[in-house]
Amino acid sequence: MSFVLWIPLVGPLVLAGLSLLLRGSALRRFVGVAASTAVLGSGLVLVGAVLSGSVPDSGGGMLRADALSAYMLSVVGAVGLISTWGGLSSAASSRTRDAAGYEALIALFLAAMSLAVLADSIGLMWAAVEATTIATAFLVGHHRTRRSLEAAWKYVILGSVGVAIALLGIVLIYAASVGTDTPTLSWMMLSQSARGLDPALITAGGALAVLGFATKSGLAPMHSWLPDAHSQAPAPVSGLMSGVLLSVALYAILRIQSITNLVIGPEFLRTMLSIGGLLSLLVAASLLIRQRDYKRMLAYSSIEHMGLMAIGVAIGPAALPSVLLYILGHGLIKATLFVISGRILKVEGTPVITDVRALLVRRPGLAVPWLIAMAAIVGFPPFSIFFSEVGIIMAGWSVGLGGVVGAALVLLLVIFAAFTRLTVQMTIGAPPAGTAFTPDYSSHGPRLPIILALATTATVAFVAEPIGTLLLQATAVLGGTN
Amino acid sequence: MFETFYPQLIGLCTGALLLTSALMVWRHSLLASIRLLALQGIALAALVAVIGIAEGEPELVLVSLLILSVKGVGLPWVLAHQSKASIKQIQESPRLNPTAALLAVTLLTILSYVVVSRVFGLGDTTTGHAAPIGLAMVLIGFLLLISRRRARSQLIGFLLLDNGIATIAFLTSGGVPILLEFAVSLDVLLVVLILHVFAGRMRTKFGGTAVDQLRELHD
Repeated sequence: MSFVLWIPLVGPLVLAGLSLLLRGSALRRFVGVAASTAVLGSGLVLVGAVLSGSVPDSGGGMLRADALSAYMLSVVGAVGLISTWGGLSSAASSRTRDAAGYEALIALFLAAMSLAVLADSIGLMWAAVEATTIATAFLVGHHRTRRSLEAAWKYVILGSVGVAIALLGIVLIYAASVGTDTPTLSWMMLSQSARGLDPALITAGGALAVLGFATKSGLAPMHSWLPDAHSQAPAPVSGLMSGVLLSVALYAILRIQSITNLVIGPEFLRTMLSIGGLLSLLVAASLLIRQRDYKRMLAYSSIEHMGLMAIGVAIGPAALPSVLLYILGHGLIKATLFVISGRILKVEGTPVITDVRALLVRRPGLAVPWLIAMAAIVGFPPFSIFFSEVGIIMAGWSVGLGGVVGAALVLLLVIFAAFTRLTVQMTIGAPPAGTAFTPDYSSHGPRLPIILALATTATVAFVAEPIGTLLLQATAVLGGTN
Repeated sequence: MFETFYPQLIGLCTGALLLTSALMVWRHSLLASIRLLALQGIALAALVAVIGIAEGEPELVLVSLLILSVKGVGLPWVLAHQSKASIKQIQESPRLNPTAALLAVTLLTILSYVVVSRVFGLGDTTTGHAAPIGLAMVLIGFLLLISRRRARSQLIGFLLLDNGIATIAFLTSGGVPILLEFAVSLDVLLVVLILHVFAGRMRTKFGGTAVDQLRELHD
């Protein structure tokens, strides 16, 4: 069973090599899809193993897949599949040299995220998160315009500095473990020997590590790279970054939190994450109201959702199953939205919301899935985001964080109104009078990934077995008994 | 014999680290900053070697060689990899004047001594006593990142920050596991290469590498 752990790491690497070798072949455009399928497949196999009670490990305990890791790996694969399949390039454009590098970097990006969720050592997890920055740097700057260069520069500088702060935190956590019998960075061993760790060093280390990974997960006030990077990157890359990269950073925060909770209790990080979460919601609300660019709108929506997830993490075990379900729902829907936004940008030629009018009449093939996905992202049932949000808010009340979730609810309402207004502006209305047009029913790309993502998100919240069991197991891994 | 020299050697290496950091803030020429960075890499490698010999760990001596090749030779070479004539002319015009910047360095150093001794409670061992230097380097790295306008000077700030973290790691816990050390070095090397490529693209697209020009994207 343990060899499955290597598939999501080695598979994409081999595919990346193939992409560079297959000169001028149209097959190259399927590299991203194949890599995502490998990650998703091994994720599902590992979920199966975890549900039957085993915890596969490999490489002398370097890689481990408990319930949380297996679940996150499946999410990475699923969101990757939706993004790469939905954003499949045309056969002609995939023959250029640029395309080879692009597909190879996507595969490397997927491998780095897989390593981040499978690594047992916090240090290795850090290196993998940093590797995601490296893999995505050229993807963000792929279009080579002034704007994408600016976005890529800001992204790499802020991303690496943020992650460097996390490294400082991890170094301090390691220093705390030097005082015990076995100096280690294995988070499993750290959580076993937690009693002997030096509280002062763990406090400082935990705070710095969470601060660093919060930069990478786009929480305010360290979010400023996110709207630029997500709006300038090609649509599938934006989908991957927004849909899972942010959540992988959140996963790192969850792992750090499980160690600090054992040593210094939950209060310290709870305050930090609540403030970060509320600030993110505030930033998203204030900048969404007057947003003019629909890709930036989606980026701010990610900041909003990460903020609410951070509040869920702050609340603790009672909210964690909701947060984990949220990661899946948000990932799939956000990937779908970015894929459709890429298609709208391609056919309309403008990222400005006010220039895209009456989409429902003119291009129903794009507007209908866009509207459904928008309804899902603002939290309409039956999509799982609704249930996750309700779950987090209820859990917040039950543990006495009523003030925080109350404020979050008010901000969510503002964001809801802003989103509705912007979406209506884009889709509803009559086309300019006097211009002849024929309704365009084409979806301008593969339809199936979008249907799959929407259908999964609409049904997943109702599946108690095995999803519910898996989420509860993953929560138990983090030290919560719920 | 070695025991008597040990505290002095640690002091010498960390002193060199702090001195090079302060000089980086003071000097405005890019070439001088790169040379200081190389010196700092060598001082860091020496520090690791001293700790390795004192604790009798051959692994640390290996790490010290790795640091010497990456931070002492490799990275400075990458950064200086353009014609010497053109790089000599590159002068930074930072947002802070030298006096204010050096004053800030002093304050940051005092701050890190206060923070480390009060909060972490380190300082009972020779290496723990020197740990504040690492934090001071991190903070000075931030100062460079904030106050410099050119892409490459910001890059040097980032590397100073990274050296500071490495210093803290070696002084507090004798270094992180060797596998992680490799991964970290590789990551830093790649980030620097990427930023270097972007700086090159910036020069062709914007006609200069002043980061102030990056203001097209905003809300």
